[in-house]
Amino acid sequence: MILCRVGEPVVSTVKHPRIAAQTVFVVHPIEADGSDAGESFLAVDHAQAGPGDHVVVLREGNGIRQILGDDKSPIRCLIVGVVDAIDVQAEGA
Amino acid sequence: MHLGRVLGTVVATRKTEGLEGVRMLYVIGLDEHGNERGEPFVAADTTQAGPGDVVHLTGSREAALAMPEPFVPVDSAILAIVDHVGDRDAESLRTPPPPASKPRAKKGGAR
Repeated sequence: MILCRVGEPVVSTVKHPRIAAQTVFVVHPIEADGSDAGESFLAVDHAQAGPGDHVVVLREGNGIRQILGDDKSPIRCLIVGVVDAIDVQAEGA
Repeated sequence: MHLGRVLGTVVATRKTEGLEGVRMLYVIGLDEHGNERGEPFVAADTTQAGPGDVVHLTGSREAALAMPEPFVPVDSAILAIVDHVGDRDAESLRTPPPPASKPRAKKGGAR
């Protein structure tokens, strides 16, 4: 699972039936301090996240299929938590 | 999962078992502003997308699961045709696709 910042929603009318009811966002990987850390990708929301939120994104299809209870889900990236705070121990402390 | 733009269609008469009737499109990855990313590749279609369309792609095992028959040799599949990314409509993410008969030349570059 990685930390991401939620970007803009991606709206589609023609959708695969197994994602038809889902909200999709562009998400941007971030470091613990909020700085960008890699290329953006798309993730389905499962935590009522919104643009600007820092979130935890699960990128493992089998875990996602268990969470969704759908053994044929084609979803590969799922927002599974909205981050309130991150505490990182200072180096050498 | 990521965004892409359809560049053209791929026609293959002789195919591995399981790929009969699977529509294949030539696609390039995009960022959320419509800038091309990486090298073009072939994706199976579940949406009747066409050249120029901005699409939502999935990969690996999940791509095969998107197909009607989930045990097929597919590693990239189109899940949706994108209308908007935030305030921008798909039209503004589109650039004119190159002619389908002339796939763009590619050189190196990591993917």
